[in-house]
Amino acid sequence: MNREATLSVDPTTVERLMPLLRFADRARRALQYPALGIAGLFALWYWGGWAIANNEDTMAFASFAPGPTLAAFWELVSTGNVWSPIESSLYRVGWGLAYAIAIGVPLGVMIGYFLTLKQVTHVPFQFLRMISPLAWMPIAVLAFATWDAAIIFLIAIAAVWPITYATAHGVQRIDPTWLKVGNNLGANPYHTLRYIVMPAIAQDVFAGIRLAVGVAWIVLVPAEYLGVTSGLGYAINDARDTLEYDKLAAIVLVIGIIGYMLDAICVRLIKRSSYHAQG
Amino acid sequence: MGAAISIDYITHHYPGQEQPTLKDIQVQVAPGETIALIGQSGCGKSTLLHMLAGLLIPSDGCVRINGHQVIKPSPRWNMMFQKPSLYPWMTVRKNASLGLIFQGRKRDMQSRIDSLLETVGLTEKAEVNVQSLSGGQQQRVALARSLATDPELLLLDEPFSALDAFTRVALQDEVVRLAHERGISVVFVTHDIEEAVAMADRVLVMGSNPGTITAELKVDIAHPRNRNSQAFVDLKAELMGYFGATRTAATAESSTGETETTPDDDAGEDKSKTEHSSARVRAA
Ligand SMILES: Nc1ncnc2c1ncn2[C@@H]1O[C@H](COP(=O)(O)OP(=O)(O)OP(=O)(O)O)[C@@H](O)[C@H]1O
Ligand SMILES: [Mg+2]
Repeated sequence: MNREATLSVDPTTVERLMPLLRFADRARRALQYPALGIAGLFALWYWGGWAIANNEDTMAFASFAPGPTLAAFWELVSTGNVWSPIESSLYRVGWGLAYAIAIGVPLGVMIGYFLTLKQVTHVPFQFLRMISPLAWMPIAVLAFATWDAAIIFLIAIAAVWPITYATAHGVQRIDPTWLKVGNNLGANPYHTLRYIVMPAIAQDVFAGIRLAVGVAWIVLVPAEYLGVTSGLGYAINDARDTLEYDKLAAIVLVIGIIGYMLDAICVRLIKRSSYHAQG
Repeated sequence: MGAAISIDYITHHYPGQEQPTLKDIQVQVAPGETIALIGQSGCGKSTLLHMLAGLLIPSDGCVRINGHQVIKPSPRWNMMFQKPSLYPWMTVRKNASLGLIFQGRKRDMQSRIDSLLETVGLTEKAEVNVQSLSGGQQQRVALARSLATDPELLLLDEPFSALDAFTRVALQDEVVRLAHERGISVVFVTHDIEEAVAMADRVLVMGSNPGTITAELKVDIAHPRNRNSQAFVDLKAELMGYFGATRTAATAESSTGETETTPDDDAGEDKSKTEHSSARVRAA
C-alpha cells in the first residue's frame, strides 16, 4: 500500500515538495532537543499532578495537574479573557523598562567613561542594587498617586541596575583608538555617540536589557498582588481567593510563556546588534 | 597641498613622570616632505606624533602647521595607527566615508569614495564588512579613510609593522606614491630601517631619556627606489650605525670589553652583517 502510494506520485510534485521536506528536516533537527526538554517538563508536571491527586492531604489541589490546567488555559484563550491581564501587565513592564533604559543607558555611559564616577557611585549603587525592589513597596505606595505608577516605579528600580552596569561594561570595552580616530576625522560629540559609541555598546546594552526584562517580569507578579485589580499577578491572587486552582495554574503557564517570548525577543535583539562577524 | 610643519622646542612631561619624555625637540618639515622617526622603544615617538595630530598638547613649546598652532585634532592632518582601528560594524565604504560624513561633505561622497577605493585596490570589497578583510586590506581601508578628507599631512605610527613582508613593501610604495601624487607631507614612525630608507626624504633618529633628536639623515634617492641599489644599502648601513652607536652608549657600562666605535666605523665594519641580518631594530 505504501509502495503504491509512492509509485502513484507525480515526480514533479516530489520536486515541488522538496524544499518543504528539507525545511521540515531542518526544523526537526533544530527542534528535537528543545522538544525533549519540553516533554521532560511536562512529564514532571504530570507526575506532580498525579502525586498531589493521590495524597489525601493535597487532593484539593488536584487541578494543578496538566489536564485541568490546560483546559482552563484553553478557556482563558478561547474566551479572550486572557488578554486583558496580559495587556495591563505588559503596560506596566513596558513603562518600567522604558524608564530603566532612559536612566540606565546614559548613567552606564557616564560610569563607563568617567572612572571617578564609577568609584564615587560604587558603594551607594551596590547598596541600592541589593535591596529587594519589593522592599520599596510601602514607600512607592506613599510616594505615587496611583497603583500603576507605584508598580512601574518598582519595576524600573529593579531593572535599572543590569542595564546601567551592562552599558558601563560596554563603554569600558570601547577601543580608545576608535575615539581617537573619530576625533581626528572631525567627529563632534553627536557623531561620536551616534557612529561610534552606540554601535560599539549596542550588544552590551541589549544584554543588560535582557537581564532587566527577566528581573522586571519576576518583580511584576508580586507587585501586582497589592492594590491593583488588573494584571497577571492580580489574576493569580484572584484565582486563589476563589479556589480556581486550574485557572491559577493556567495563569502561571501564561506568565511563563510570555516571559519566554520576551526573552526570545531580547536574544534576537542581542544577535542583531552584535557587530562580531557571524561565524 | 602639503603642510609645512614647524615643531618649536617641544618639551613634554607626562604627569607623574620625573624626567621629561621629550626635551627641546625642534624640527621643520617642508610641504610634501616625508619624514621618518626612528628610535628605541619608549623614546617618545608616539608622543611626538600625537602632538602633531593635536591629540596631545605639549607641556612646553608648540607645533605649527602652515603657521597656525595645533591645538586640537583636525581632518586636515590624519593619524594612522599600528592597528587599522576600523569600525567593525561598518562596511569598507562606510569606514572610508566617515570623515566626509562628520564634515557634512556628503554631496559627491559616493564617487569620491569610489575613486579612493579604486586607488587602494578595494573596489570589489566596497560593500563588505571590514572584519572579513585581511590585515593588509584593513590597513588599506584605514589609508583610504585617512585620505578621504584630503589631508595635507599624514601621521603614521608604525602603520605596517603588523603586516607580512610582501604586503608591507606594497603598502610602503603605495603611501609614497599617493603622498607624492597629492603633495601630502608625511611623518611616520617606524622600527624598520629599510622602511625608513624606502619611504623617507629625511630620517630623524631619536634618543631616549629624555627624548631628543640625536641624528638626521637625508635620503637623496629618487623614487621608485631600488632597495638593492648600492646607495640604498649604504644608507641602511649608515642608519644602522647611528642606531648601533646609541645602543653601544646605552650598554657601555654593563659590557666592559666593548670598545668605543664611531658610527661610521661601525657601519663600515658591520656592513656585511647588516645586509644579512633583518633591518628591524625594535630595541631589546
Ligand atoms: N599617557 C601616558 N602617561 C604617562 N606616561 C606615558 C604615557 N604615554 C607614554 N608615556 C611614557 O612616555 C614614554 C614615551 O612613550 P611613547 O609611547 O611616546 O614611546 P614610543 O617611542 O612610541 O615607543 P614604542 O616604540 O614602544 O611605540 C614612555 O616611557 C612611556 O612610558
Ligand atoms: Mg609608539
